[in-house]
Amino acid sequence: MHIPDGFIDAPASVGAGLVAAGAVAVSLRRAGDSVIESQAPMTGLVAAFVFAAQMLNFPVASGTSGHLLGGLLAAVLVGPWLGSLAVTVVLTVQCLFFADGGVSALGLNVINMAIVPAFVGYGLFWLARRLLPTTRVGVLVATAFAAFTSVVLASVAFTLEYAIGGSGAVPVAPVAGAMVGVHVLIGIGEAVITTLTVGAVLATRPDLVFGARGVAMPRAATEVAA
Amino acid sequence: MTRQTQRFLLAGLAVALILAVGVSGFASSKPDGLEKVAAQQSFDAGERPHPLAAGPFAGYGTRGLGDDGFGRGVAGLVGVVLTFAVAGGAVRFASRRRARSGRPPG
Repeated sequence: MHIPDGFIDAPASVGAGLVAAGAVAVSLRRAGDSVIESQAPMTGLVAAFVFAAQMLNFPVASGTSGHLLGGLLAAVLVGPWLGSLAVTVVLTVQCLFFADGGVSALGLNVINMAIVPAFVGYGLFWLARRLLPTTRVGVLVATAFAAFTSVVLASVAFTLEYAIGGSGAVPVAPVAGAMVGVHVLIGIGEAVITTLTVGAVLATRPDLVFGARGVAMPRAATEVAA
Repeated sequence: MTRQTQRFLLAGLAVALILAVGVSGFASSKPDGLEKVAAQQSFDAGERPHPLAAGPFAGYGTRGLGDDGFGRGVAGLVGVVLTFAVAGGAVRFASRRRARSGRPPG
């Protein structure tokens, strides 16, 4: 769902760019505050994995595809600040080196695919974990729910941006319906890929999953981690 | 970093490379959700060509090697290495700068 140049007008794009730049600046400050240097390679790995997964468009309804957004996955693995930063790096590299996502639309794309999934999505993950048992299964159910919802919320964020600065003459209501409709399907793919990935890391190195802090892991797994 | 963490990182990077270099050839080339909706609802009239569309890896291909097969694989390799280096480097830079300033990590 990379927005190209020209879909959203200049004022809305510049405004989004300022919001995105502010989020990066605060994320880097927070990284310096609360992160020890050893989390740098894990953040790099999360960015590399999200880049790779975004190359894998999967088919959804007739003649349409979707790909992982990855913001919620990144937030569950390294926390919302570093997760949002990792996906912002992916979007910037895609824009500058692969001509994917408009240069003027970079801030919009960062809001939709990094900030909304990593912060709003992670907030939903956190709430779901409060309601679910503090077990590995509870973490995975919360992951699936938040991953699905994060994609629908990203499509809502696009619709809001279109309502504010859309360059087309099409009214907002049908755009909202079509965007949310197709992203409900893409959200199912997001939930499957995200849950499988978090499940694989939980099975090998549960200590590396930020969102699973405080979850008692089976003995074998914790011993491997120690 | 423990050996186990090093092994985990190397295995994770290997998975990312396999996906980006190999599996990406099997990805759907159909328009994604936003492109499809934009075309259907015809709000894509204002779309402008990408200003960096002449870059060597534009469109996830490699100039001279094409957009499929080998060219896509090389582009995937470049993307995985770049995103790992930039994201990891940014966090490392931020935490080292903080360490030099004498404040402990919170």
